[in-house]
Amino acid sequence: MKKITVTADVALLGEVNAAIDSELEAVGCPMKTQMQIDIAVEEIFVNIAHYAYTPENGEVSVSFELTEDRLARITFEDSGIPFDPMAQPDPDVSSSLSERQIGGLGIFMVKNSMDNMHYEYRDGKNILTIEKKL
Amino acid sequence: MNVNKYKNGTELKVEVEGRLDTVTAPELESTVKSDISDISKLTFDFSKLEYISSAGLRVLLSFQKIMTKKGEMTLTGCSENIMEIFDVTGFTDILTIV
Repeated sequence: MKKITVTADVALLGEVNAAIDSELEAVGCPMKTQMQIDIAVEEIFVNIAHYAYTPENGEVSVSFELTEDRLARITFEDSGIPFDPMAQPDPDVSSSLSERQIGGLGIFMVKNSMDNMHYEYRDGKNILTIEKKL
Repeated sequence: MNVNKYKNGTELKVEVEGRLDTVTAPELESTVKSDISDISKLTFDFSKLEYISSAGLRVLLSFQKIMTKKGEMTLTGCSENIMEIFDVTGFTDILTIV
């Protein structure tokens, strides 16, 4: 299992994406799946960067593993305020332009593209895991 | 991300190449907003767009809201992957995609 720990700052998004991308490329992940995983990683990392530690800064660790049956598992751990992204309501994707809200879109995209998503708060940490079959 | 703008009277065509994500979306927003006040037709050429996340969608939504009031906005050249993002998020109903 590979793991990186960075300050939860949007400026470091590129570094996080690059680390995950190199793992995915090394295991022959198809392009479309890689894009879906990239989007999921971005949405989750950006949420943590914006909300977990505001207004202070903190760290987030992102780890990657590939199981025997080719399930890519990415885990985010932060020590910020407890927040369960899966408890947020989905945006209404059938609503019209004038009604359309901005919020909630990121997590919605994650839920739609990942095979599994799991959250727990343990030992003072938010632990969010996403899984996608390659 | 690379942006090329072509202005012709009240028409603005914007080619976006690369990734439209949390880091690059604000750049697209400011570069289009600098021209948006005097145009009535805004076209995005996405044939070289490789990736879009919710930050990119938010920026497109804000442009669409502006252009709906005073003209039109169209997207062209979207790849299958990009179209799938638009489908899942309901953006195919909000944006005009040709």
